[in-house]
Amino acid sequence: MAAAEEVAKAAERRDVRDRWLLSAPALLVILLAATGPLLIVLVYSFLTPGAYGDVKWQFSPDAWISVFMERDIFDDTLSLAAAHVTIFWRSIKLAVVTTLATLALGFPTAYFMATRSEKTRDLWLFLITIPFWTNLLIRTFAVLQIIRNEGIINTILLKLGIISAPIQILYTDTAILIGMAYVYLPLMVLPIYASMEKLDFRLVEAGYDLYATRFKVLRKIIFPLVKPGVIAGSILVFIPALGAYVTPVVLGGGKNMMLSNLIELQFGQGRNWPLGSALSITVMVIVMLALLAYVRNAGKSGVRHG
Amino acid sequence: MASNFSIKHQPGFTTIAATCFVVLYLPIIVLVLYAFNAASSTSEWGGFSLRWFQSAYQNTQVIDATLRSFQIGAIAAVLSTIFATMAALATTRTAPYPGLTFKYAAINQPLMVPEIVTGVALLIFFSRIKIFTGYSGLGYLIAAHTAFCIPFAYLPIRARLENMDLTLERAAADLYATPWKTFRRITLPLLWPGILAGLMLAFVISLDDVVITEFVKSGGQDTLPTYMLGQIRRGVTPEINAISTAFLLLSVAIVTLFFFVSRKRD
Amino acid sequence: MPDKPDRNAIEVVNVSKIFGSGEGQVAALDKVSVSIRENEFFTLLGPSGCGKTTLLRLIAGFDFPTAGEILLYGQDIAPLPPFKRPVNTVFQSYALFPHMTVADNIGFGLEMLGKPKGEIKARVAEMLKLVKMEALAGRRTAQISGGQQQRVALARALAPQPKVLLLDEPLSALDYKLRKEMQIELKRLQHETGITFIFVTHDQEEALTMSDRIAVMSSGKILQVGSPWDIYDKPAERFVADFIGETNFLTAAISGTGNGKARATLKSGTTIEATVAEGFQPKDNATVVVRPEHAKLTKDKGDLSGTVENIVYFGTDTHIHVQLDGGEAFTVRQQNTRSAGCGFERGDKVGILIGNDAAQVLRD
Repeated sequence: MAAAEEVAKAAERRDVRDRWLLSAPALLVILLAATGPLLIVLVYSFLTPGAYGDVKWQFSPDAWISVFMERDIFDDTLSLAAAHVTIFWRSIKLAVVTTLATLALGFPTAYFMATRSEKTRDLWLFLITIPFWTNLLIRTFAVLQIIRNEGIINTILLKLGIISAPIQILYTDTAILIGMAYVYLPLMVLPIYASMEKLDFRLVEAGYDLYATRFKVLRKIIFPLVKPGVIAGSILVFIPALGAYVTPVVLGGGKNMMLSNLIELQFGQGRNWPLGSALSITVMVIVMLALLAYVRNAGKSGVRHG
Repeated sequence: MASNFSIKHQPGFTTIAATCFVVLYLPIIVLVLYAFNAASSTSEWGGFSLRWFQSAYQNTQVIDATLRSFQIGAIAAVLSTIFATMAALATTRTAPYPGLTFKYAAINQPLMVPEIVTGVALLIFFSRIKIFTGYSGLGYLIAAHTAFCIPFAYLPIRARLENMDLTLERAAADLYATPWKTFRRITLPLLWPGILAGLMLAFVISLDDVVITEFVKSGGQDTLPTYMLGQIRRGVTPEINAISTAFLLLSVAIVTLFFFVSRKRD
Repeated sequence: MPDKPDRNAIEVVNVSKIFGSGEGQVAALDKVSVSIRENEFFTLLGPSGCGKTTLLRLIAGFDFPTAGEILLYGQDIAPLPPFKRPVNTVFQSYALFPHMTVADNIGFGLEMLGKPKGEIKARVAEMLKLVKMEALAGRRTAQISGGQQQRVALARALAPQPKVLLLDEPLSALDYKLRKEMQIELKRLQHETGITFIFVTHDQEEALTMSDRIAVMSSGKILQVGSPWDIYDKPAERFVADFIGETNFLTAAISGTGNGKARATLKSGTTIEATVAEGFQPKDNATVVVRPEHAKLTKDKGDLSGTVENIVYFGTDTHIHVQLDGGEAFTVRQQNTRSAGCGFERGDKVGILIGNDAAQVLRD
């Protein structure tokens, strides 16, 4: 065997070792302060709640049972936990509707941006990026000031005489929906725009040349080609919407709980850390399922173009 | 059909887009306007005034929280950017090797988990460590922020690296530069805009965090966002508008800088 | 052949390079051996994927051979990293450092070698003069044209006075006219610096006009090494004859070999004289090649006969495609004159005359 090959093999081994050393700090920090603790959550979900929060180190499946079921205090029978089911249902419903609403608004917006001239495109991108990186709490707070009873929507409608009493939007599911659609819209627009920007409009020309109508071109040419962006955007909106914490707190007023508020409750007044842990794992499982669906879909529609 | 048929036109799209842009900015503009309101309530306009800025500035809780936010943000941003740069160098421009996919997954993992779950996990984990070590300083928040900032810092750095031609480094090696010299003289200067972008992104992300901080902080460790959330829960005063406005200004400045740094091509 | 000394600058000995492993193994180079003489303009010529760039990268040190040795003046350099080899490269993409000026780019190698500042400055000035770029020394590399970038890349690779200069298709990004200019420029630089050049190209015309010697490569093997004349007029194999220029292939029975000559009996029964490699054994079913410009068309009976199929006008000459009576195709190239046409029309029955020195017998 040539000396050169020995050297090449050694260099390759050194390269892989160096690459592990280089990534070690990042991996370690993430393991300690992000991924690792998730395993502890899993362990906690099988323990018994402590009297003043935390846990007793005693195995118990109760937390998992009470995710969806409740035990009757008199006859010990299990029945569906109506409160939890409602919250699960509301969270998933709101997350899905938010995703659909941002898609309906975000798709035309991304299309509009991508069809601007090369120069102005950057400006539009900049305009969508600013809210994207602006504090989510501040933006939610801004929505609060618009939709509350004394906010400008109600004020204008009252002044115009369209309504006689303010419409109660704040502290309803609608408020949460408006707030989430508002704060997550850029998350939908950006990935769609990224796909749309690469779209070759000669394909659209070809579509028109072959007698397609505007709607047909949109449905048969543009949409399939930017589908990866649409899927990515949907995932980017769905995950934080499902686990949304700030929006329901600020706009739902603590009455209309979502999953994250229910979880928080277990670590606060509820003093049921195992239940909080079990609920957290459940949220994560739903997210993982959504991601899995995404990966599968992305794999299928992974057609290279452009 | 009109004589000049536009290939790119789709009916209604421009209207929706225009509405979106207006709707995105309108609440923010209203919020900023009310920061300059002289009245004590946010429902009426009492003339122009800077009193709420003044009151925020004199509020020691606000100043404390702001300084704490900056301190955590700065340390977390620098650490996460250094780690992300190293990780990006380790995971780009290479033939696949065992563990590469694992690294991608691990680095991006904080993005895949809802914040609330990470928050809960850290609450549990750190409460154990607190009992064990007795330490309850800012270290926990810094560690948590560093961890969730890494994937964000990693994004622009990796993107920049992947667009960098390996031939340049080869050319340097061909011209007698040792690997370290190649890194110092070629890789690092060319990567610099990506690193800066990563740093700024990490700083903004750390500054914006509410959920994880809310769960990890000990008493008296409010950052600006968690302080504001507490205030908003209690009821709204124009002081929050003033703080938000100042915060917004900072974010816009950083984003603008980021935008130009990451768009810079040489 | 010009008076080149016989010392070898580079000796490639039995070098193989295998990429991938298991089922996906690909031999980019298959037991290649070649010697490159000092001060020579040596070209590796072949289609893309033939292994020429791989061989260059092995000499530069960007890859390591799977087997074999690469000797630089007798020393095996194959295990050395690129920064320890006194060999420099001109990259196809130029690979100029975008964050440095033209002068800094040229001085980079010397700086890395730890040369004193004064020496670097003097050498950079000398290089700038050599490539006629003095006026642009302070420019960033993004601010100069493609042709100028090419010159800077050359100056940068020449500045450390390498023992061998490697050029990886350096002219492929230039437009036609600039390419012609740079071909002459490269020859001049090689002459002035006296450095051994190893040049990689897929352009046979470029190879023929610039090289002292050419190695024709295909599928990881070197098929033939020789001067441009050898390669063009005495191709050893079908691939070489086909890849370089245009050729007519004829089947013939070979007899009476000796003294580099042989008698080839064509299908039509005519026997012509052909050149042949030493040691070629007579056989019935050999291939003989004839360049289109070495054959003549006649209205009388020739060595071959056929029908004119097509006539293509090229400005300087005309290609006349003939369908031979045996079914094979044959092209004759005829120099044009201003006043007269080519003298033939489609459908004409014609004869083809093959001169005494026109045919070459292939090895395979």
